[in-house]
Amino acid sequence: MNLPSSTMPDLPIESQDTTDTQQPTRPLYWSIRRELWENRSIYIAPLVAAALFLFGFLFSTIRLPQTIRGLSALDPVRQRAVLTLPYSAAASLILLTGFVVGMLYCLDALNSERRDRSILFWKSLPVSDRTTVLAKAGIPMVVLPLLTFLMALALQWVMLLLSTAVLAVNGLSPIPLWTRVPVFQLTLVMFYGLTIHALWFAPLYGWLLLVSAWSRRAAFLWALLPFFALLVVERLALGTSYVASLMKYRLMGAMAEGFQNAGSAPVSRLSQLTPGTFLSAPGLWIGLALAVAFLALAMRLRRDREPI
Amino acid sequence: MASIEARGLRKSFGSTIALDGVDLHVEEGRILGLIGPNGAGKSTALNAILGLIPYQGELKVLGRNPWTEREQLMRDVSFIADVAVLPRWIRVSQAIDYVAGVHPRFRRAKAEALLAKTAIKRNSKVRELSKGMVAQLHLALVLAIDAKLLVLDEPTLGLDLLYRKQFYDSLLNDYFDRSRTIVITTHQVEEIQDVLTDLMFIDRGRIVLTCSMEEFESRYAQVMVSPEHLATARQYGPIHERSLFGRSVLLFDHADRQQLAALGEVRTPSIADLFVAVMGNQPAQSQGASR
Repeated sequence: MNLPSSTMPDLPIESQDTTDTQQPTRPLYWSIRRELWENRSIYIAPLVAAALFLFGFLFSTIRLPQTIRGLSALDPVRQRAVLTLPYSAAASLILLTGFVVGMLYCLDALNSERRDRSILFWKSLPVSDRTTVLAKAGIPMVVLPLLTFLMALALQWVMLLLSTAVLAVNGLSPIPLWTRVPVFQLTLVMFYGLTIHALWFAPLYGWLLLVSAWSRRAAFLWALLPFFALLVVERLALGTSYVASLMKYRLMGAMAEGFQNAGSAPVSRLSQLTPGTFLSAPGLWIGLALAVAFLALAMRLRRDREPI
Repeated sequence: MASIEARGLRKSFGSTIALDGVDLHVEEGRILGLIGPNGAGKSTALNAILGLIPYQGELKVLGRNPWTEREQLMRDVSFIADVAVLPRWIRVSQAIDYVAGVHPRFRRAKAEALLAKTAIKRNSKVRELSKGMVAQLHLALVLAIDAKLLVLDEPTLGLDLLYRKQFYDSLLNDYFDRSRTIVITTHQVEEIQDVLTDLMFIDRGRIVLTCSMEEFESRYAQVMVSPEHLATARQYGPIHERSLFGRSVLLFDHADRQQLAALGEVRTPSIADLFVAVMGNQPAQSQGASR
């Protein structure tokens, strides 16, 4: 029980400079650090996704020399598509994991601190509810996009180097691969995609944080129930499905507004990006306004709510 | 300056009235014990003071409105709201880093020194620590904050005797000086009798007694009286009477100690004795003595 007491050097309890020494503080930075300590799935889940993908990709490299040899039979567009597919699939998988982790995180973020009563500890420190909620909103909107971007980028480079090695072992030139996989375009597309999704999904994250601050339990149900209730009521009363199409638009809209003919083929060309259309879509701005309102409400609720 | 100044403080939860017009005045440099039965409104009062719940009435803590200025207030106030509110996932080192990162008046060296006296390892998680260790950790964090007001709500609940003793020793030796104010609520009143400078009893949302410890010692006297002196003793108007081993223990308020000395040995009562006397008299409101 009394291990370190004798081995630790005896520090003076009362230092002499007891004047009003105030250290500089960084509440937002430390609040975000604290979220990463508590929710390690934020970086573990995308890492696991990356590892699994890499594992699968390892096996697929067996067929790579054959693909390269048969390349000349295809037209240039097909060549490009065939070689690029794994790289955009890798990015998609990691980014998708990031979105799911972000949603689940938000749903729990303001709930768990009330469940384990630790909110009483957090509130005993000079960190405002605004800073806390902003830090929590910053996880899915800034931290996760950045993390997943870096992971996806790293994964793509590992895949590329691995393929080059496989080709070299088989006595093939890696030139066709490097010239046809648009590495830098892919990186830019990925960055763009993450940015527009962070903005587009902002009201979703805001809503989930709000529900998490408001509900006592079953936050998951409270988050979804209103929409399904509306959906069913609308269907029965009016026979229309505006709610359903609105929900679909919120989930898929960023792809539709931000990219040209997305979904038909992997996006790998910068010409497919349509930031103008995206920025002029009313759905973006309505969503952002809603996100601000949801977050403001969540801040108020955090002040009022007690431990569960 | 008064640390805490409340007038007509009210709070109700639905139809339950938790605080029913509380007036409070706590001067700087005092150690106030807020004592009351369960559900008396102690925690509600403290939560209002700490800006954790909205309230009605006037309340100023260190000159600030706690509900609207909690963030600024917490630079000068620290509190242990309850035992076991440290998040279970946090590591000891992380807890220190976090508080150091957000609190302008946190002294890391002091926290480290306090922790060095315990068996708490730096890389342990809170969930791996015993209940007593969690309390020690929380106390080390809080005592390392150079606050003007420290609020402790049942700080030793569920801890064994040894930890409780250490807790109050640490509070007095490592922390308290005349410029700080401390407010404590606890059920273990006997442990804080020597710690307090002021005493306040609260019952059903109202303050039923408030006095300084000097006043407490001069005002209240307790005498153990044998049966033949009982009738005489009762004439002096005891506020409480109970029997013990065939003799009667009478508690007096503002009585002449010399008169009482003729009846038996006069002692200063414990806070617990006075608490029983005052609270025991509350519901009936009859003219005093026997119950």
